[in-house]
Amino acid sequence: MLLLLVAHLLMAVAAPALVSWLHRRAFWVLALAPASAFVYALALTPRVMDGDFPEQTVSWVPSIGLELAFRLDTLAWLMLLVVGGVGALVLVYCSAYFSRSATGLRRFAGVLTAFAGSMVGLVTADDLLLLFVFWELTTVFSYLLIGHYAERKAGRRAAMQAIVITTAGGLTMLVGLVILGVSAGTYRVSDVVADPPSGTAVTVAAVLLLVGAATKSALIPFHFWLPAAMAAPTPVSAYLHAAAMVKAGVYLVARFAPAFSDLPEWKAVVIALGGGTLLVGGYRALRQHDLKLVLAFGTVSQLGLIILLVGLGTRGAALAGLAMLGAHAMFKAALFLSVGIVDAATGTRDLRRLTGVGRRLPFTATAAALATLSMIGFPPFAGYVAKEAALESLVHGTGPGWLDATVLWVFVVGSVLTVAYGARFWWGAFATKHAEVSVARANAHVDSTAFDLPAGTQTTRRTRRNALATVGDAEVEPIDPRRIERPSFLLVGPPMILAVMGLLAALLPHVGEQVLGPYAATYPAGEEGHLTLWGGFGPPVVLTLVVFAGGALLFWQRGWVERFQASAWDVPEADRVYRRTMRRLDDLAADVTAWTQRGSLPFYLGAILLVLVVGPGIAGLSGWSGELTVKAWDRPAQLAVVLVVCIAAILATRARRRLKAVLLVGAAGYGNAALFLLHGAPDLAMTQVLVETVTLAVMVLVLRRLPPYFSDRPLVGSRFVRLGIGLAVGLTMMAFAVVAPLARIARPISLDFPAEAYEFGGGKNVVNVTLVDVRAWDTVGEISVLLVAATGVASLVFLSRRSGEIERVRSVRAMPEPPQVWSEPSDGGSALRRRAVRPVPGPDGRTSATTTAVRPWLRAEGTLAPQRRSVIFEVVTRLVFHSMIVFALYLLFSGHNSPGGGFAAGLLVGIALLVRYLAGGRYELGEAAPINPGLLLGTGLFLSAGVGLIALLAGGEVLQSVIVDLHVPLLGDIHLVTSLFFDVGVFLLVVGLVLDILRSLGAEIDRQVEAGGEVL
Amino acid sequence: MISAESVPNPPDLGLSMVPSLALVLAIGVLFTTGVYLLLERSLTRVLIGFVLVGNGANLLLLVAGGRAGGAPIVGLTATERMSDPLVQAMILTAIVITLGITAFVLAMAYRSWQLHGHDEVQDDLEDRRIARIAAENAPVYDDTDASDASTLDDEASTVRDDTSELGSGDRRRHDDGGRA
Repeated sequence: MLLLLVAHLLMAVAAPALVSWLHRRAFWVLALAPASAFVYALALTPRVMDGDFPEQTVSWVPSIGLELAFRLDTLAWLMLLVVGGVGALVLVYCSAYFSRSATGLRRFAGVLTAFAGSMVGLVTADDLLLLFVFWELTTVFSYLLIGHYAERKAGRRAAMQAIVITTAGGLTMLVGLVILGVSAGTYRVSDVVADPPSGTAVTVAAVLLLVGAATKSALIPFHFWLPAAMAAPTPVSAYLHAAAMVKAGVYLVARFAPAFSDLPEWKAVVIALGGGTLLVGGYRALRQHDLKLVLAFGTVSQLGLIILLVGLGTRGAALAGLAMLGAHAMFKAALFLSVGIVDAATGTRDLRRLTGVGRRLPFTATAAALATLSMIGFPPFAGYVAKEAALESLVHGTGPGWLDATVLWVFVVGSVLTVAYGARFWWGAFATKHAEVSVARANAHVDSTAFDLPAGTQTTRRTRRNALATVGDAEVEPIDPRRIERPSFLLVGPPMILAVMGLLAALLPHVGEQVLGPYAATYPAGEEGHLTLWGGFGPPVVLTLVVFAGGALLFWQRGWVERFQASAWDVPEADRVYRRTMRRLDDLAADVTAWTQRGSLPFYLGAILLVLVVGPGIAGLSGWSGELTVKAWDRPAQLAVVLVVCIAAILATRARRRLKAVLLVGAAGYGNAALFLLHGAPDLAMTQVLVETVTLAVMVLVLRRLPPYFSDRPLVGSRFVRLGIGLAVGLTMMAFAVVAPLARIARPISLDFPAEAYEFGGGKNVVNVTLVDVRAWDTVGEISVLLVAATGVASLVFLSRRSGEIERVRSVRAMPEPPQVWSEPSDGGSALRRRAVRPVPGPDGRTSATTTAVRPWLRAEGTLAPQRRSVIFEVVTRLVFHSMIVFALYLLFSGHNSPGGGFAAGLLVGIALLVRYLAGGRYELGEAAPINPGLLLGTGLFLSAGVGLIALLAGGEVLQSVIVDLHVPLLGDIHLVTSLFFDVGVFLLVVGLVLDILRSLGAEIDRQVEAGGEVL
Repeated sequence: MISAESVPNPPDLGLSMVPSLALVLAIGVLFTTGVYLLLERSLTRVLIGFVLVGNGANLLLLVAGGRAGGAPIVGLTATERMSDPLVQAMILTAIVITLGITAFVLAMAYRSWQLHGHDEVQDDLEDRRIARIAAENAPVYDDTDASDASTLDDEASTVRDDTSELGSGDRRRHDDGGRA
């Protein structure tokens, strides 16, 4: 069975290519997939009849008990025959049905084949969750097929409606399936059914399953999606919406009825929905003018009937239901395919316009006639056999008398309606309606002008609309039957085969009984039924005659019935109710959005913070024993630093000058570094100091572009609200700080870190080893965040590219006018300082400002505006830059054993670059780091994450450290740990981050200012 | 209320978890001032608030790791005297990430200044539009699934398949499905 699924999958994937290659003939190849399912089922018939059901199990997701379990029992066998047989015929039909120039055929072919595959999976799945997976797959493929003509509003709407309803039902069903699986302790369908659990939960689950079945099989009140789904191409209607997919609900009911049909709730739902659907569908089929809609409402009705039979719980009814299932698949698919032929041949499906089609298309008319006879239960067709068996079993019901009588009469009335719409269908499609033709001829002339003339057509078209709107045959323009051409055998063949099979199957009723009987026997109640052509004279025969008489009467008085329905139809139609509900849902969504999405950042943040206070805050305090165990300080110096931090923070909130606020926050940050140091965290202290330095400098770089003072604060009232939220959050966090450490009940995992770090990580600095080895994956994630942040900064400032060109001194030489970085505002002394630069002839004879008599301290010092230069700064920069780099490298390589590491080293290099930039401007930065920061970021991330794979090659886990001890002559023993490369990656990435920040927020802003500031 | 470290910790955690009040105070002040600024409209203030909250969160992590101790370096400090290295590793990356985010918000503030001449966060206009629509109960867009206009019969008469060229009758006029 798995092989069948794989075959379908391969076919579906190959379908687009096949259609490109073979065009419409590709459908012949694709038909092989469902045909193989049909042949497979047929070949296994003897085993199925013997009760030796083939099974197949492949473990899929063991952790949630999900298995690819398949089982071919009698019900699955029947469904597989239907799905495979009808599927193959429909695909063959497609090859002639669509025009050569039809659009979207490639997608269509693939989706239809995939649908057939999911249907095969659905009916053979023996696992509750697997069943659900295939169930939803059919929903999705059905959606794609209904919406095949996506450019049409009707198609889109029908597809959306179908998927919303069937998915809602599917999810409901999933809840039921899970309850069932949990209560039964197994997800194997066959086990659940064989030994059904009981209890309230299981009853609820059973009803939920029925809801799923009701949406899929278009039972009231969800039936309206099926007629709307007729927007799909006709072969799809024939396959999905008559033979296969809508039978999934029937299948589900039949599958679980043996286990749950004795539940009163089950019975009530099945009788109410099944019976109601039978009547509503039949009644509404009588007023439709579109042939597909007649059939669609007929299908709704028939589905109600089948669900009623297979869900009722008696063996006789179940046997009749299964027979009906097979019969319905044959006759309804045949009828839809016939409609397709008529539609293709005449250009319309309106039964008021069709006339004389039967004479021109005798074979199609014959096939449709055979199928119609089967549908209305005329002997000796399959439909008749099934209906007789149903009548027989309903007459001998097992429930309370009034209930049996109700069900019986609902069945009889439903059958009367079936006869009436069946007759109406065949008459509408194929009969010659002499009376109307002459009247219509006169109209035909008017109409053709209405359509052929582009101008002045409004009035005539309106006339025609009015005519169409009036119920009655005479006002509608009929077709001209003489222009109908004979369809190809490929079109007529499939419906003919299906119709004839409906006759053949009925001629051997005992075979059907032999095959299907064992499954019906698994039902809990009632006598076993029989399939037979003549069951003797009794109540069923009388009822059959009543049915035909009633149906004939209704057909004879069809004009009256239509007028009655048109005038009496006041009950809101289900699809209107659905549309209004969707509209309300939209309104509700808008209201909720308007209420929650205020568009105000402070509002959102306030809401989030209040949730933090109320939610985790209360949860945290509820776990508190009431004892408060704190000490004043770890070390007395802590208190002094804390006071500094607090004062700085409070002053920062009160500052009105941006620069002042930034400096105060910097002070608080340095205070934090001191606290880290006092706590025994030198790595943190070092990193904090470096970060604080970079942050301060960067903030100052940006703030020079912003107004020096903050704008006036908003209303004082909101100020106290904000202060209140701030205090609440602060107090909550203080409570956390007190409660959380004491709530610890397990030994900290980090107690073992020192030993592990030394033994496995090969380093003495536990924090560093934790970063690059023990928790290296975390670090990979965190440096990825840095990469994203750096890219974000660059893309916000460099608008058109990842980053600008690297501005170097040699590019300046080519400029006609040398740049004057930071030339404004100029001060009085600028003229004096200008003397520092003496123009001398360059090597190419031109005057160059960058060449000075003495060797420059900084390479790009000539690009700086003279008033911005500071010789002392330049000299100091010259002196410290290389020392800083060397020290950074020392930190990097020694970080494994003493404070330092990639983060600190990278930041230090960043600061060195910052110093160069501040001393010499952006060209100096370009000289100091003539490299694209993106390259550094990428290389860093690659080194960090990529080197982890080395350990994989060495047979370890990803990111595991490998320690290599080498003896190198002259240098001595080298102790190399591969995590050093990880740290180098971190180093490069951090350098890239700082460089990116400097180049964006420093150099690029400078350039934009020089360019006039109006760069957007 | 403030008792010494002598209160026994029932489970043996390996190291004392009693928090230091000084750090708790710093956490409270940093969070209060940080949140107060975070709720402002000026991006620079929001950013400063964010940095303060970040510092507070780092201290909170530090406190959660237990008492102060020696630097967690093997050979320099005895293992039982070390401060918790795990929280330090977490804080270290948090510090650097704060730098990245700070730069990002600064870039946004700069961009906002470039575009609007100030760095204040304005209310979202689209959200206001939705609120106005909700107040009027008007449809947000023309939703075909919710409109009430057509019936199944109307729609069925407009829908036809791309069928093969069988009859030439009056099929052509319906071919596009949209003209009727």
